[in-house]
Amino acid sequence: MGNSTMTKDTPDFELIIRPKYGLLDLNWRELKEYHELLYFLALRELKIRYKQTAMGASWAVLQPLFTMIIFSLIFGGLAQMPSEGIPYPLFSYSGLLLWIYFQNALTLSGNSLVENHLLLSKVYLPRLFIPTAPGLAGLVDYAVAMIILAAMMVYYQFMPTAAVFLLPVILLLTLLLVAGMGYWLSAVCVKYRDVKFVLPFFIQILMFISPVIYPSSILGENLQWLLSLNPLTSLINAHRAVLLGHAPVDYPGLAMSAAITLLIFISGIVYLRQTEKYFADLV
Amino acid sequence: MTSQKEKPIIEVRHLFKEYRIGMDKTYKTLAGSVSDAARHPVKTLRDLRAPKDTFQALSDVNFEVERGEALGVIGRNGAGKSTLLKLLSRITYPTMGEVIMRGRVGSLLEVGTGFHQELTGRENIYFNGAILGMKKREIDAKFDEIVKFSGVEKFLDTPVKRYSSGMQVRLAFSVAAHLEPEILLVDEVLAVGDAEFQKKCMGKMGEVADEGRTVLFVSHNMNAIERLCKRCILLEKGSIVQEGSDVSQIVKDYLYPQKEGILPSQWINDGNEFQNPWFEPKKMFVTDSFGNPLSNPISNDQDVWLQIEGSIETPDPALDIGYVMYTEENATLYWSSLYDHEESKWPVFSQGNATLKTKIPKRFLNEEIYKIELYSSLYQRMWIIEPGKYSPSLNLQIQGGLSDSPYWVERRDGVIAPLMEWKGMMKD
Repeated sequence: MGNSTMTKDTPDFELIIRPKYGLLDLNWRELKEYHELLYFLALRELKIRYKQTAMGASWAVLQPLFTMIIFSLIFGGLAQMPSEGIPYPLFSYSGLLLWIYFQNALTLSGNSLVENHLLLSKVYLPRLFIPTAPGLAGLVDYAVAMIILAAMMVYYQFMPTAAVFLLPVILLLTLLLVAGMGYWLSAVCVKYRDVKFVLPFFIQILMFISPVIYPSSILGENLQWLLSLNPLTSLINAHRAVLLGHAPVDYPGLAMSAAITLLIFISGIVYLRQTEKYFADLV
Repeated sequence: MTSQKEKPIIEVRHLFKEYRIGMDKTYKTLAGSVSDAARHPVKTLRDLRAPKDTFQALSDVNFEVERGEALGVIGRNGAGKSTLLKLLSRITYPTMGEVIMRGRVGSLLEVGTGFHQELTGRENIYFNGAILGMKKREIDAKFDEIVKFSGVEKFLDTPVKRYSSGMQVRLAFSVAAHLEPEILLVDEVLAVGDAEFQKKCMGKMGEVADEGRTVLFVSHNMNAIERLCKRCILLEKGSIVQEGSDVSQIVKDYLYPQKEGILPSQWINDGNEFQNPWFEPKKMFVTDSFGNPLSNPISNDQDVWLQIEGSIETPDPALDIGYVMYTEENATLYWSSLYDHEESKWPVFSQGNATLKTKIPKRFLNEEIYKIELYSSLYQRMWIIEPGKYSPSLNLQIQGGLSDSPYWVERRDGVIAPLMEWKGMMKD
């Protein structure tokens, strides 16, 4: 048979199963071995979502679009929310674009382990991939929703500056943040089933402490540090800045956000790895 | 390979798996846990340190599997077989001990895990293959083979929710069967489905074993174990009680746990059991139609006579003697009593030694190990020997001789396998 190369390449391959492993004892080899599964998990996520909803891919556009319209009417129109000197619809949509990606991916990721309990109790696969997949799949929705932003930028005559090369970095950081929080939440959800009900509420609060519908400048100078503790603040601000070019990118803030994101991401991996051994006994 | 002795492909050392009893019944809630801890801080701390009620699913299991070996794992429900496979396939982790695997592991613990109803057959093949650890190019290379084996070519681009359950199982098995790991872990769940599908599964399993891949096979199907495995381990209450290459012997020991290993086809009173004046059983055994004692296993193409001997001191007209036939799973198959026929046929007993004979017709029981338990009573008054408590018993192991038909040579499913009469005729 054609695929017995494993034996020849790796005569001394050893897999040791023990009750405990070290804090960051990741099996890189295995993650590499299975990396296609991550792609398939993300693909499945997308396919199912697009097949099950009547509107399919248009949902990815309609959700941020309608949210933007409602926010523009309420906050931009009625409340006269300041918007860093750019039209409020553009301001809110550029924030919502990243926020909705974050919100949807985190909701799916947080519930992913419980939803896929059959995978946990019947087969082995690197569990880390299950809460990672929604973040990857969500990038496709993000790209689709980006079309509206592009149209709005043409309409309002905004051009991205050279700083737009930072966009992939911002997206990567957001992905890591979603994944890291997803590792924590999904693992906690396996053990405590009530967390699932708290999750939407938690995410809602997160939105209100992030500069999605308001500019972070509305909080006074002496409260800025509070906002910067939320890694999303700098990500959303930078996301808006590199796309619309209306303000300089706050590099120190972005660096701080990257540090917190990495902390959440790495600690999430550690926590998931430490708890995953008992998932099959719990689900 | 090299002249140097190869390390075993699987090494299991001092493996323990402990489950907490009661833990799995209800899910914990975070709110509940926090408020409990807040309200009863002392109790919570004490609970954390107190020894929990535990259940040892596996305790101190040690064994090795050589490359290319097919190892059978047998044991009753709850003996730890499935836990062992779950540990080897890393679905759950040991409490103590370790396992070393020197090869790519694939497990067929469940067919079709990860099938999504909304996705098409094609999509599910890729996704399921990936879950089982296959690479995309591997699936690409075997795609046609998988589809052909499953026989769902026409519906490849139909969501599997439109498939019949049989089609889904076939497709799922095809994917799993084309997995090519060095170590294959198989649970008997594979043996679901119709007889033809089972045969296909078994055929594929045999192929895998013949190809020199290592197989660890857990099953209740002793025929399959004997056919596929060169070595076998018997688990009992989480420990290995027997291990070796005499598979059929271990299978026998498992089916009837007895020191000698041969199923007793007779029972003899050691002299002071069941003492009573009405009917004291002395001996119970099975014979052929000519009265020659039979020993297990017994071919199904002959009538078997159960002979019961005992002594009567005080004859009582209400004396009832009979037996209960149990299946291998200890379910009652039937009761039989000497009063089952019309009154004129009832035997009359007097003081002395009595002998009773009753026929178990040929081609009525299945290929299985039955248990016969003697009972006796004074009709409507009292039990002398009550079945199900402690009573004289023997085993009847039927093997072979199911029918003379060339189409019926293997065991069929069912607690009995009666040969029924068939007639066929044409209308003009």
